[in-house]
Amino acid sequence: MFEWRWEFTFEILPRLIGATGKTLLAAGGGYAVALVLGLIFALAQRTPWRVLTVATREVVEFVRSTPLLLQVFFVYYVGPQFGLNLSPWTAGLAAIGLHYAAYLSEVYRGGIESVPKGQWEAAKALNMSTLKTYRRIVIPQALPTAWAGLGNYLVGIFKDTPMLSVIGVGELMHTANAVGAEHYRYLEPYTIVGLIFLAISLPTAWLVRQMEISLRRRLGLTK
Amino acid sequence: MSYLEFLGNYSDRLIDGSLITLLQFVLAALVAVAAAIISGLIKLAQLKPLQAVATVYIEIFRGTSLLVQLYWFFFVLPLLGVSLEKFVAGFLAVGLCYGAYGAELVRGAIQSVPRGQWEAALALNMSPAQRMWRIILPQALVIMLPPWGNLMVEILKGTALVALISVPDLMFEARQINNNTYLSAQAFGTALVIYYIFARFVVTPLMRWLERVMARRIGRA
Repeated sequence: MFEWRWEFTFEILPRLIGATGKTLLAAGGGYAVALVLGLIFALAQRTPWRVLTVATREVVEFVRSTPLLLQVFFVYYVGPQFGLNLSPWTAGLAAIGLHYAAYLSEVYRGGIESVPKGQWEAAKALNMSTLKTYRRIVIPQALPTAWAGLGNYLVGIFKDTPMLSVIGVGELMHTANAVGAEHYRYLEPYTIVGLIFLAISLPTAWLVRQMEISLRRRLGLTK
Repeated sequence: MSYLEFLGNYSDRLIDGSLITLLQFVLAALVAVAAAIISGLIKLAQLKPLQAVATVYIEIFRGTSLLVQLYWFFFVLPLLGVSLEKFVAGFLAVGLCYGAYGAELVRGAIQSVPRGQWEAALALNMSPAQRMWRIILPQALVIMLPPWGNLMVEILKGTALVALISVPDLMFEARQINNNTYLSAQAFGTALVIYYIFARFVVTPLMRWLERVMARRIGRA
């Protein structure tokens, strides 16, 4: 039986907390990539060009149906084969960003489709351009529907960042592995990592729910 | 080496890996379904201490990463006196993780069975167990099957992580082949396509078929 050692815990805690910053950075960076790329995927599926629509749809399906871990390896190792060397951070953010872009494009699509057709027609009658219709009419109304999905995937991407440790991104899991290997003790580092994840993801998920409720109330969607 | 030669040389290992992945998926899915039904029902029942256990299980597994859970099962549990074979640790961690997500689906589906169905079962003098098994669960099942289809694909994708504790699944074999040959595009690309085929042409159609069969059995097709 192994015992929990408090002095060891306090010894490694600063390092793990430092690495938490990098985990948050990876989650934030990946999410930023996913937000932009996801919007491109969603809008590409709404263009009148059938080839583009179908191709985007298939790419999204493919990315959604295959494991993120494998995609991380693919992006990191395939580049050098063709003379393109990516740093672990670049490859990691690209892979996790692409993966979540596929999910976010569905969230955007659901949000945009929830806006009644009459809103589009009214905007057209008012002689608004497509861009202006999106910006002033559609997106503000699509946002409350999309909010829950956007928030849940923010928590999701945060929880998936440990997968970037496999290509050497020095985030929380990578640091815990290193600490464990140095001291031959895994109980404390892995448990602390679990607790840090809980301490961040539970309040964030709660906050997302609260903001969804208040957003709906402000826009007059619920009483 | 042409791609055909590559396939000729490594198809055995890719097939072995795929079979392990399928096995891991089936076992993880069974664990997830069992964990989801048990903890979902407990959350609905009026039993305070058990409810707390189910809530803690769901929040812990939904609030942390699958990879953290997997490492914890494999590296930490033995220190606490529970040694798990890596194969068992793999599907157990994946199954318990997604079971926590499934629990919310079970709970939501049971709660969305119309109130009148509960009352009618009561009026027919059914026992609570009978009411659950014969009236409520079959209808809840039809409601929750579509989201379970998505969850099943997530479980399949989740099993790729067991490669990191050296279970020789498809992900593991792809990585080995890449280490031996440096043919990354071929090794990882082929594995991506195999996962895609499993998800899109095996798991998803199977779940759709199950949806249709269950809907027909309760007369809603």
